[in-house]
Amino acid sequence: MPTFWLVVLLIALAAAGFYGGRRRAIATAAGNVKNLHSLPSYYGYHVALSAFVPAIAALLVWLLAQPMFIETRVSGMIPAAAVPESSSIGLVMSDVRRVAEGLDLAVEQGLLSAREARNAVAGEQDLRALMGEVGVALGSEVRPEVLKAAQAYRNLSHAGRTAMTVVVTLLALGGFASAYVRTHKDFRARNVVERAVLALLVLAASLAILTTVGIVLSMLFETKNFFGLHSWTDFFFGSTWAPNFRGGSELSILPLLWGTLYISFIALLVAVPVGLFAAIYLSEYASGAVRAFAKPLLEILAGIPTIVYGLFALLTVGPALADLFGKGGLLGVEWMAGATSVLTAGLVMGIMLIPFVSSLSDDIINAVPQAMRDGSLGLGATKSETVRQVVMPAALPGIVGAVLLAASRAIGETMIVVMGAGAIAKFSANPLESMTTITTRIVSQLTGDTDFASPETLVAFALGLTLFVLTLGLNVLALYIVRKYREQYE
Amino acid sequence: MNDMTLMEKTVETQNIKIAAKDVNVYYGDSHAIKDVNVEIEDNTVTAFIGPSGCGKSTFLRCLNRMNDTIDICRVKGDILLDGEDIYDKRVDPVQLRAKVGMVFQKPNPFPKSIYDNVAYGPRIHGLARNKAELDEIVEKSLRRGAIWDEVKDRLDAPGTGLSGGQQQRLCIARAVATEPEVLLMDEPCSALDPIATAQVEELIDELRSQYSVVIVTHSMQQAARVSQKTAFFHLGNLVEFGPTGQIFTNPEDPRTESYITGRIG
Amino acid sequence: MTDLSQNPAGAAPRKHGGSLLEKSPHTRKRNAAETRFKAYGIAAITAGLIMLLVLVTTIVGKGTGAFQQTFVTLNVELLEAKLDKKGNRDLADIKKVTTFGYAPIIKGAMEAAIEDLGIETSLKSKELAGILSKDVAAQLRDYVIANPDQIGQTVEFRFLASSRVDGYLKGRVTRDSIVNDKNISAEQLDLVDALAAAGVLEKTFNLDFIFGADASDARPEAAGIGVSMLGSLFMMLVVLALALPIGVAASIYLEEFAPQNWLTDMIEVNISNLAAVPSIVFGILGLAVFINYMHLPTSAPLVGGLVLTLMTLPTIIISTRASLKSVPPSIRDAALGVGASKMQAVFHHVLPLAAPGILTGTIIGLAQALGETAPLLLIGMVGFIASNAPETLADGLLAPNSAMPAQIYEWAKRADPAFYERAWGGIIILLLFLVTMNTLAVILRRRFERRW
Repeated sequence: MPTFWLVVLLIALAAAGFYGGRRRAIATAAGNVKNLHSLPSYYGYHVALSAFVPAIAALLVWLLAQPMFIETRVSGMIPAAAVPESSSIGLVMSDVRRVAEGLDLAVEQGLLSAREARNAVAGEQDLRALMGEVGVALGSEVRPEVLKAAQAYRNLSHAGRTAMTVVVTLLALGGFASAYVRTHKDFRARNVVERAVLALLVLAASLAILTTVGIVLSMLFETKNFFGLHSWTDFFFGSTWAPNFRGGSELSILPLLWGTLYISFIALLVAVPVGLFAAIYLSEYASGAVRAFAKPLLEILAGIPTIVYGLFALLTVGPALADLFGKGGLLGVEWMAGATSVLTAGLVMGIMLIPFVSSLSDDIINAVPQAMRDGSLGLGATKSETVRQVVMPAALPGIVGAVLLAASRAIGETMIVVMGAGAIAKFSANPLESMTTITTRIVSQLTGDTDFASPETLVAFALGLTLFVLTLGLNVLALYIVRKYREQYE
Repeated sequence: MNDMTLMEKTVETQNIKIAAKDVNVYYGDSHAIKDVNVEIEDNTVTAFIGPSGCGKSTFLRCLNRMNDTIDICRVKGDILLDGEDIYDKRVDPVQLRAKVGMVFQKPNPFPKSIYDNVAYGPRIHGLARNKAELDEIVEKSLRRGAIWDEVKDRLDAPGTGLSGGQQQRLCIARAVATEPEVLLMDEPCSALDPIATAQVEELIDELRSQYSVVIVTHSMQQAARVSQKTAFFHLGNLVEFGPTGQIFTNPEDPRTESYITGRIG
Repeated sequence: MTDLSQNPAGAAPRKHGGSLLEKSPHTRKRNAAETRFKAYGIAAITAGLIMLLVLVTTIVGKGTGAFQQTFVTLNVELLEAKLDKKGNRDLADIKKVTTFGYAPIIKGAMEAAIEDLGIETSLKSKELAGILSKDVAAQLRDYVIANPDQIGQTVEFRFLASSRVDGYLKGRVTRDSIVNDKNISAEQLDLVDALAAAGVLEKTFNLDFIFGADASDARPEAAGIGVSMLGSLFMMLVVLALALPIGVAASIYLEEFAPQNWLTDMIEVNISNLAAVPSIVFGILGLAVFINYMHLPTSAPLVGGLVLTLMTLPTIIISTRASLKSVPPSIRDAALGVGASKMQAVFHHVLPLAAPGILTGTIIGLAQALGETAPLLLIGMVGFIASNAPETLADGLLAPNSAMPAQIYEWAKRADPAFYERAWGGIIILLLFLVTMNTLAVILRRRFERRW
């Protein structure tokens, strides 16, 4: 792992820089620390940072950029004729990478000399068997174009790796040297170090922006590819979801959106009344002891991972509902075919959202000024009249915001619907039928065998982007409403 | 109003509306009100004065059991309204508070329209049989709150949009709308500017004709201006209670004198 | 004074004329409404608590079985004729005998045991061995390869019973439920009863479930959560190593240094929105950026850790900022007053005082990340058998592995209901971790909470 050793080298250089810089600073001050502009350790940090930061930054950028560079160079080498009818350049390139990896492993294990690997010609040796021996399984014989591309891939990777090592090491040494030379008792080491630290802090904070940009870009690119392969009118306005890996899929989001919204609606139907009444009781009626007991217990529900709720839906709630409504069930009706259904997922998701709604509403109800309640009670209103006619109207905007946040949670929830909702995309009003959602389809299209050149896989990115926009919109709206509400009472 | 009118005030004896006997109030471990005895008369404005933290507001809140809403607060002793103990088990505080209305320190109109603010009390107590009656009650209350002329054209506007003084008069109108017999006012002018204060004080004087009014105030001048009886509280004790003129001109207790002359407070 | 004040009292109608001591019918009606309303509240709380109770009892009730496993103790004669025909103990020769070749030995051991105990049975030797796990042959072979000198000896082994037998002892499998089951018959269950009575077959604590590796579809009795636990551990290491420093640095900047400008606003908006982005979207990001673009290995805990880091960052930033904010400005002023730079004031004084709060927030963030499943599905941490425990740090980070929640999902998807017990058991372990972490956070908060 050369990169690993490179990083170790950088760390070692930084450590050496710290001691070297420190010692040199003290030496220039003739051993008297008081003559220094800054504390001695700042001179150390200065040298260490100069050696480490530019080099590690270059290393990271290089690691990010090199694959893209090599990929474009190598894929340019493959003639269009070498791409089989049923395949794509992407698939050929993954073959190329596998072969290159296999050659690397073969050299590493001594099965091939470096020279043999470089000069191997397809057909002369049984490369497929060789690859198999080092654990790289190939679907077919290695074709000459692929082998050539793989060798070029290896050469470029090796050259890139070497160049990277050289550049990074030079940068580190250069940074070390220039900082070391500048180290002098009048040098304002502290100011420089502090500016560098501040820059690092800004960088860390900007990661949030970078993540958002990453999310949007990664989905946007693939979505663009998807719309190149599939009509966007079918995606947004079609009526059927029927992916078919042999082509001719109908990929419309509408039936998925229907399932998503229906399940979220049922979840809110459970969570909002229970959560809201729980919040009202806790904030207006409950004694301190009850509050101290019930509130944390309810909040445990919020801390339980969604996989647990998913399992609960799949193995407990679903079968229980099927026992009630299914064939041979207690009610003697035959309304439910299997354990998965909109109701199964909705109920369990509702349980999950109870503490979410209740703790948000609790905060919001508590923000209603006591003077409001006093005013009402002072007129002879009962507590419930006060809550219903004064506190609730005053808290309404905030509670609407809380419900919107809960809705956004419900729409983006994955595990419960993956395990409890089913896989059939359809428009139906029957909550006992199984339906599917946007998130479940993302999971099923992106797990297992995926081919990033087919619309059936790429549609997941379009779904993801839609989901992102949908939840983001809800969140922004909810946060805006809640903020406006809080300002009103501040 | 000035000192001259104060001197001229005739103190007529009225029926006793509220009688407090040996009232003690505890907040958890702290003893907030100690053995207070006081008799509040009908058609009179009674002022509670005293330095902050002396218990005057606490005592006021005992009179319509607003202290019930505070968990750690305990009240001992008897408070009789028209001869009936308001802390009796059979008494429903809801019914009591309809009889003993309250106006608070900070104007606290509900986030509803002006009309709904005033109609709130009559609605919950079922005082109006139909919309026409309710309209009548609202208009009468707003007139009695001396704010009708200012809001009659915008009854649907939110109560929170009024100025501070208007809000407080709206709150008084809201309290009056439930047809109380006693009006408790907890420093009703402390959040108002001088002009609004003057308007509210004038209103209080008018209200005396129909209600027994108890007002807690920080301002001795205000007590002198609006009240006929004054009670001086100090450290939870009722130090002195008597006709306002007497308390301000000829206090019996040295502590009262110190407070009035500004040595403690 | 107005005219009004001169009017005699009593002009106003007194509508509450009745005694206070009697409740009017209207008041009674209102009090009934009050009671009802209060009852709704109590009902809501009770409903929430009942759901919690049902959830917990279901988990405990269905999951504790996974911590018990049925074993059969057998004396096995390691026949030289079968295992090392040449007799020269050459490891290469011994390795040539496949697990298939061990089947007769196991059958023989079963027959011998039954004879010793004097149990009457009409079962054939193959059916006798059927009550044992399919894992047994491999276990035996591993032992022989590790101890070739034992060939020819008789050794006592503790073998896993098959999942049907295990289920029979736990009450999951009954004589009614196996009527159409090809894997077990009523006669075999009779044998199981006899062996259990003889003490050869018994249910004991199942350490292998906690520390063992996953097993294939046919061997639920051998599946354990240990390897995926390591996968989770390595992911948490990545999250801790990245999210804590980055989160703290970002919080320090935003709370202490950030000027009021568009960049700061932008960062703030982004952080609050990222906190609410569905976790599956982070999975898509991980797949597109870390795997498809950067070609990091699929199913690697490193990638999982990176994705979870991005997810956890907003949580850590929000709690760190709260604890930085709770350090009063007077501390900063005091440090600046003695000539410290702003950076020194923050790093020497504010940060140490905020450390307990930061730690608490970090633990809670880690607990959240530990239970997260959806993004792991997309970066390939399910769908295979996590069978090998990683041996080195690099292996732990880069070799394909699963994670606890992903492993639970994997079990829940499998056809054999015996895996469901494993899934519930896995949840118990996962929840134990979460409870421990949250308790730690609460203790830290209590211990170091400071009121300024």
